[in-house]
Amino acid sequence: MLVFLTRRIVAGLVLIVVVSAVTFSLVYSDGERIARLILGPNADQAAVVQRAQELGLNEPLLVQFFVWFGNLLHGDLGRSFSNHRPVIETLVNRVPVTLALVGLTLLVTLIFAVIIGLLSAYKGGWVDSGLRTFGVFGFATPHFLLAIGLVVLFAITLGILPATGYIPPAKSPSGWIQSLILPVTALAIGTIASASQQVRGAVLDVMKQDYIRTLRSRGVPLRAIYLRHALKNASAPGLTTLGLQFVALLGGAVVIEQIFALPGIGSLVIVSALKSDIPIIMGTVLFLVVVVVIVNIVVDLAIAWANPKSRV
Amino acid sequence: MSGEPAALGTPELPTFIRQGTFRRLAKMPTVWIATVILFTALFFSFFGALLAPFDPNFTDLNMVNMAPFASDFLLGGDRAGRDIFSRLLVATSNTIGGAAIAVSISVAIGASIGLMAGYYGRVFDALGAWLSNLIQALPGIIVLIAVYVVAGPSTVTSMIVVGILIAPVYFRLMRNVVISVRNELYVDAARVSGLSDIRIMSRHIFVVVRAPIIIEMAYIAGIALVIQATLEFIGLGSPENPTWGGMLQDSFNALYISPFAILWPALSIILTVLAFVFLSNAVRDTLGDPRSSGGKARKAIVSTPDSRATADAGSTHAFLTVRDLSVAYPLSKNESRTVVNKVNLEVNRGEVLGLVGESGSGKTQTAFAILGLLPPEAIVDSGRIVLGSTPLLGLTEKKLNALRGSEIAYVPQEPMSNLDPAFTVGQQFGYAMRKKLGLSKAQSRERALSLLARVNINDPERVYDYYPHQLSGGMAQRVLIAIAVSCDPELLIADEPTTALDVTVQAEVLDLLRGLQQERSMALILVTHNFGVVADICDRVAVMKDGEIVETGDTRKIVKHPEHPYTQLLLSSVLDNVPMRAPLEPQAEVRA
Repeated sequence: MLVFLTRRIVAGLVLIVVVSAVTFSLVYSDGERIARLILGPNADQAAVVQRAQELGLNEPLLVQFFVWFGNLLHGDLGRSFSNHRPVIETLVNRVPVTLALVGLTLLVTLIFAVIIGLLSAYKGGWVDSGLRTFGVFGFATPHFLLAIGLVVLFAITLGILPATGYIPPAKSPSGWIQSLILPVTALAIGTIASASQQVRGAVLDVMKQDYIRTLRSRGVPLRAIYLRHALKNASAPGLTTLGLQFVALLGGAVVIEQIFALPGIGSLVIVSALKSDIPIIMGTVLFLVVVVVIVNIVVDLAIAWANPKSRV
Repeated sequence: MSGEPAALGTPELPTFIRQGTFRRLAKMPTVWIATVILFTALFFSFFGALLAPFDPNFTDLNMVNMAPFASDFLLGGDRAGRDIFSRLLVATSNTIGGAAIAVSISVAIGASIGLMAGYYGRVFDALGAWLSNLIQALPGIIVLIAVYVVAGPSTVTSMIVVGILIAPVYFRLMRNVVISVRNELYVDAARVSGLSDIRIMSRHIFVVVRAPIIIEMAYIAGIALVIQATLEFIGLGSPENPTWGGMLQDSFNALYISPFAILWPALSIILTVLAFVFLSNAVRDTLGDPRSSGGKARKAIVSTPDSRATADAGSTHAFLTVRDLSVAYPLSKNESRTVVNKVNLEVNRGEVLGLVGESGSGKTQTAFAILGLLPPEAIVDSGRIVLGSTPLLGLTEKKLNALRGSEIAYVPQEPMSNLDPAFTVGQQFGYAMRKKLGLSKAQSRERALSLLARVNINDPERVYDYYPHQLSGGMAQRVLIAIAVSCDPELLIADEPTTALDVTVQAEVLDLLRGLQQERSMALILVTHNFGVVADICDRVAVMKDGEIVETGDTRKIVKHPEHPYTQLLLSSVLDNVPMRAPLEPQAEVRA
């Protein structure tokens, strides 16, 4: 187990370095272009060159990357091009919002996907086909359209929930929940739709196994078999899916934050992209890769719990 | 074990388009609606600009936020005073074109790398798998935003990147199909006959992957369309041309002033995406998704009314009586195959009945019918099964569960696949004992440990906490036997309990069963194909062939004077009552 964990962590670190190197070489490929983007299209060529020099953008790419990476090891991600504040400071302010959004969505997804998946597998018939149709609609409807629909219905027409804005939990816990209900719903429906189908498939696969018949031969009721045995055995593939869903959720959060004006990583990255604030983009990409790596390791540990065979 | 999560995401796709597929598809209304929507979109993507009544960038200040169906601007005006209808039409080509780029790039890259990885293996395979995992580790939208920073707003660039990001889907699809086809005989034959690799790949492999690739294309077109609209909506689209996502952003910002404007681009996007996804799903379902059926309808269909059973049962004094039992499986709508035909059996309390026959003779099906564990598609079309004075056929699941474990128990053939891999030995014991005997946790542990000791497990305390994969086959079978007798059943049905075990273990397990049977004076039905086993421990024998009982009687009598030629044949394969070696034939028992 320890060997396995070490291997996963090393693989994760490699992934982090590779992705930052690739992203870095992509976004820093043309130093003068960056300087021009900052100064605007009408800026003087000499000023552009000078600015590029100031920012160290004229150095070879490899040197720039090592400088960036060396600073990273000291907890320094550079300064924003636009407001000159440390990137790390901005990230620290923004990250909790995104994590709250994605974390809550994941929780909601977990609960509903399991319930719907089990129900679909257990009941069969029209319940199953109904839930599967919901699955296709939920999967096919883009996050942002759903978000718009929710805003129109609950915020504008009914006026019962705030359309935009974010209230920190420290300020008002109930306000915090209220400000997250619509964003989490918009983000969760698609994820629930596809995750519940995965749960359903995995549960049906388990129910075909020999040991299920043997359990039934002992008089264990079907309901208990579904809830205890099928669920635990189906949780390995289910957790793998959830890990992949998490990556997708981070992407979805970008749009959702923009629509609901939540001050998280997603809206930050969009604004930074429009302003070509490259240090912020680099910092965000790094943060996301780290989160993805951590989540994948956690998922592997959870799978080891669910599937004793993989604990070796 | 958990090192390859990627493989789990691979869709299970049928690989052949059967005849009649198109006819069946044509009957589905969703397919019709989806096709009409997609053809409309395709039509407008070519002719939209010609048919648009106004120039998409023509502005009329009188038309700012104009309501729909109220002016020359059919669907109203946007907040700059432009015609929404014309802009929608013109934007179609951008949208469909973008999706087409993404789809072609992902097929070209994913399928070709997958082909190489599957065909040549090794380096290509490892590299491809690594790349595809790398791509999937990142949220795609972040990659697209990074690309936007470098390349600026461009639908073509972003859709090429989307194509690359989606390529792993085709990579895995192609790789898996190619690996399964590569080792087929006809590909070997082609290679031996000197065809070049390229010829082989194009001739044999493309025929197979054609169908799944087309199914995925529709799906991916839908995804690409969503990503494109998302980018445009968050303001990273190209500003010169009208786009559906851009129009959506525009109208979202004017949501409070003209709430209807948002409807048209939203509808356009959602209808097109749904059309793609539904079409893809319909084709997949029609080609036969192995996972399409669900449901707990796990009880076999029983068509005989069992009302006379109780009265009749009094006439025989056996503990278990099976009368005229027939089990069939449907082959098609009108045909079915009978696997158990008018079977009669009797087992008295404390008696061991051997149910003997070759693989496929219907012994296991008979056993499952008694336990009420036939698969849902099985049809029990005649007969009665009476245990004590209770007719079993037609009992509700709840009443059956009350009997299972405490009246009838079951020992399966294959020990390893019959223990739940996710629970320890102790946990698998627990449920039945706590529910049926009303024991506390500590009491049930105590009882389980003494049962484990009884079945000759050396270190019960340790084995109690073992997971099934830590047990040997013999130990697992002992555990299963211990669990089976844990609630003191009156009748134990053991289905080939020794077949899957090592020869040395077989005799021990048989001794154990016999010992338990005598201690508890249980009735035991021993299902086997081995007359040696029968002669060893059975009081009576029933010989089955092709679903029928051909001979039944006292063991000693039948071993000495077999009447039916089939019994003689089975007996002649065993010498002097010595248990036979485990057979070398594969265990192809029909379990339907």
